[in-house]
Amino acid sequence: MSDNLIEVRNLVKHFEVSNSFFSGKKNVVKAVDGISFNIKPGESLGLVGQSGCGKTTTARSLCLLDPKTSGSVNFFNPEKQLMESIDNIDDDSLKIFRRNIQMIFQDPYESLNPRWTIKDIIKEPLDIHNIGNLAEREHTIVEILRTVGLTPPENYLNRYPHEISGGQRQRVSIARTLVMKPKFVICDEPTSMLDVSIRISIMDLMLNLAKELDVSYLYITHDLAVARYMCNRIAVMFNGKIVEIAETEELLQNPIHPYTKRLISSIPIPDPQFVRERYEINFEGLDKIVRDNPNEQMVDIGNNHFVATHETKEYLIES
Amino acid sequence: MFSIQGLEEDNMSVVLDVKNLSMHYETLAGNVSAVKDISFSINSGESFGLVGESGCGKTSVAMTLLQLQPENSVITEGSIKLEGKELVGLSEDELRKVRWDSISIVFQGAMNAWNPVIKIGEQIREALREHYPDNSKQTNIQKIQELFKMVGLDDTVADRYPHELSGGMKQRAVIALALSCDPKIIIADEPTTALDVVIQDQILNEIKKVQELLGLSLIYISHDIAVIAEMTDKIAVMYAGSIVEMGPTKKIFENPVHSYTRALLDSTPSIRGEKKKLKSLDGEPPSLINKIDGCSFAPRCPDKETRCNPNEHMRLVEIATDHFVDICSQGKE
Amino acid sequence: MNEINEKSELRKIRIQSIKRNFNLFKQSKIGILGLVIVFIFGFLALLQPFLFMTNIWDEATYHPVVGYDSQKILATVVSCKDIEYPTPEYKTPSDCPAADEVNIVAVAPYNPGIKEGDVIEQFIQPAPPSSKHILGTDSLGRDVFSQLMEGSQVAFVLGLLSAIVGVGISTLLGTIAAYFGGTVDAYLMRQSDLVLMLPTLPLLFIISAFAELKVWHLALVLGIFGGLGGSVITIKSQALQVKVKPFVDSARITGGSRMKILTSHILPNVAPLALLYMVFSVTGAIASESILSFLGLLNIDMSWGLMISVAQADGYINQGMEYWWLVIPAGLAVTLLAGGFYLVGRGLDDVFNPRLRRR
Repeated sequence: MSDNLIEVRNLVKHFEVSNSFFSGKKNVVKAVDGISFNIKPGESLGLVGQSGCGKTTTARSLCLLDPKTSGSVNFFNPEKQLMESIDNIDDDSLKIFRRNIQMIFQDPYESLNPRWTIKDIIKEPLDIHNIGNLAEREHTIVEILRTVGLTPPENYLNRYPHEISGGQRQRVSIARTLVMKPKFVICDEPTSMLDVSIRISIMDLMLNLAKELDVSYLYITHDLAVARYMCNRIAVMFNGKIVEIAETEELLQNPIHPYTKRLISSIPIPDPQFVRERYEINFEGLDKIVRDNPNEQMVDIGNNHFVATHETKEYLIES
Repeated sequence: MFSIQGLEEDNMSVVLDVKNLSMHYETLAGNVSAVKDISFSINSGESFGLVGESGCGKTSVAMTLLQLQPENSVITEGSIKLEGKELVGLSEDELRKVRWDSISIVFQGAMNAWNPVIKIGEQIREALREHYPDNSKQTNIQKIQELFKMVGLDDTVADRYPHELSGGMKQRAVIALALSCDPKIIIADEPTTALDVVIQDQILNEIKKVQELLGLSLIYISHDIAVIAEMTDKIAVMYAGSIVEMGPTKKIFENPVHSYTRALLDSTPSIRGEKKKLKSLDGEPPSLINKIDGCSFAPRCPDKETRCNPNEHMRLVEIATDHFVDICSQGKE
Repeated sequence: MNEINEKSELRKIRIQSIKRNFNLFKQSKIGILGLVIVFIFGFLALLQPFLFMTNIWDEATYHPVVGYDSQKILATVVSCKDIEYPTPEYKTPSDCPAADEVNIVAVAPYNPGIKEGDVIEQFIQPAPPSSKHILGTDSLGRDVFSQLMEGSQVAFVLGLLSAIVGVGISTLLGTIAAYFGGTVDAYLMRQSDLVLMLPTLPLLFIISAFAELKVWHLALVLGIFGGLGGSVITIKSQALQVKVKPFVDSARITGGSRMKILTSHILPNVAPLALLYMVFSVTGAIASESILSFLGLLNIDMSWGLMISVAQADGYINQGMEYWWLVIPAGLAVTLLAGGFYLVGRGLDDVFNPRLRRR
């Protein structure tokens, strides 16, 4: 019996891409190539990497939007009090899984149906899972709107998404996500399209809700500064693989993998006095070595800090 | 006081001088005052940052500087002097000469603005032909090679189509295009917003290198305080169409005076230093359609009870050398 | 009580939203022009039954199909044969007989003993516009204006019915193809290719040869052809865009059924485009009807195409502008109403297509 909420083992997601119309040959794009991680209840794990490294694909596989190619995902079923694999579970467990996993998307303008009112949008999950009678649902919606700071709730219930601002829309997204009190929420850069002054209030809201409702996050971002603010642990992803995973401060203070170092050194610092030094790496060399060593293991270097062993520096020309 | 200031600026060779610029858009709902009484000047070789939230008028300022604003916009007053030459009121033909020749822009989505069916090199050559009709083809090709080298691109990129390049490469090529006609000033309007951190870092590095190499003036427009801190010597913080604080970057980061500037600095996460609790700013920016009497930031201002004088008409006052702050924040001191 | 309040509030919001969209629509001048044209013809279509009901018009005189009104004038009998032109009265042979005269050759067989200089009562059909018949009468003595009104009714019924049928089919098939993909998609797309390849008009000729085509038959046939054709592909591409929106993903993560997602997320977001298509396809339907009834292939009492067809069959169409009221009103009506719907579509395009929307 483990104390994890989600266990991901060797998750693989390949896409087949036709080479050309005439040849039947297909190229395989290894979007996610064997990643493993655990998330404990109440913990939030940052998944950090450049665009195209497989962050979003991982998220979509986890919440069953796209079927994974191989690997296993286990989740803690709170009603049976045991870990269950999402591959072979009965309908009831699947329902419980779906109720407990939610996703917040990046674009607040695209993630709400423009033809629905805020009330309908938040009510949808309750309708799908048939939770409570109409009056109870109404009450829940009002409560959750208050929780996410849209007060007074009556002012929002009957409005359409285009009538409210980007920050408010993202609050509605969060309300919709949390209305069923899920245990696990995947956040795909939920603040990257918001204005600076609003961004922090959304991040703070999510942090507070995590504490209040005991929610775990898988927080996807390319910005380590945001990940630092939001997450207990950070996993750095490169070309479909996790290359380093550690507690947030440990990772930032003591990065081992050259890719992590490069990523950290590219974050601008809001201090004009500070002169940042760039840590240059040879991306092609790193790319090659990661692809050539598909079965590389993560080694524990203490402090709950794991690094992929292909951080051997011979290929990686530092300049 | 101000006349002495003016003399000093002349000595340092002012490249761009904007005085009391106001502009609004005429829309169905009413006039949207996007730029309200803005003045600033940029010396040669200096990099100037315009920072603020979306909709604060940063991009409108950039567009007005190039006189590329949309048709429904009206400049109500003010002047834009580029190397002593007044731009407001110039005809389209005269403007075309000024644009790119002395001032050029890298847009936010510029990397997606390449014509997909023409090779990158050919598109840059087209701009060169337009501006230097006497140049031979060989000169132009050589020039493109130099430009590509400057922004860290391979020569072969010239013979590629836009879809064959990554986002970062396309954005580098955009910078090469902006440099192609030897401008004095480059306006970079959120050039890295659509890119991820590593590419952003490379592009910023490239812009900085090129700027130093060619002695260009740079106007860097962004909402990202951290990027602005790294890229600029001088910044102006914009809110609701007005500049609320302006001065040397280091000074403003050390001693932010206006409550909005403070709020911006307090809401920016960093990977350096102690992990601190960030402060959020409640509310939303005001609609620019309604006329605002007094301080436009007052409704969201955390200090409005204690420090400021929100009823004062907004205008900048100099509180220390080169450090200008909106008078509304100077009420009760 | 609370429920009622909420409902009225929702209604208020809907009305506001419609108002806002109408304000956008108002910006497009051609859209308003189109709407005015459509309204004028709509008014004409409704006016005719009203006139009959209130007995302002009596059916015997004004009925578009069985009405008859004899227009009589007094004409002097003259002989145009064997005279040398020019005479003081007539310059050329075509001036004889003049407007209030009749050639003896034409009336002698029915009026034995008639002679030159007699004044007889003469019926004229078609009669030119007069205060009684503002667009004159046709060759059978029927009121042209009344026919024009009847034609508008036909045009509206046919245009709207076929558009609704067509758009209903294409929206359903388009969204199904987009959402399910795979074999279903492939089958539907090939079917639409096939329908696109079939030439509609010749096919309609053949159908009308085998079966008696009434207005609503034609509406169904046009609707089905329109609905299975290219619009399925367009609707599908729109549905594909909606399908990948995050709000659809959200619903899928939560476990929403396919049917629910299709009906509550994808269909409402495809609807504006479908409506646009509907308005545009009215244009095509009206034009097709005119062609078919002009060729006499429709079993129909009255329509604009038929009005022109009758004028043509009786030989009035070749006589230049002399009998203009038999051709121009009907021809103009077809052009205007078809064009009017098209312009409304263009106006709606501005509303539904934010990229075209001016700030």
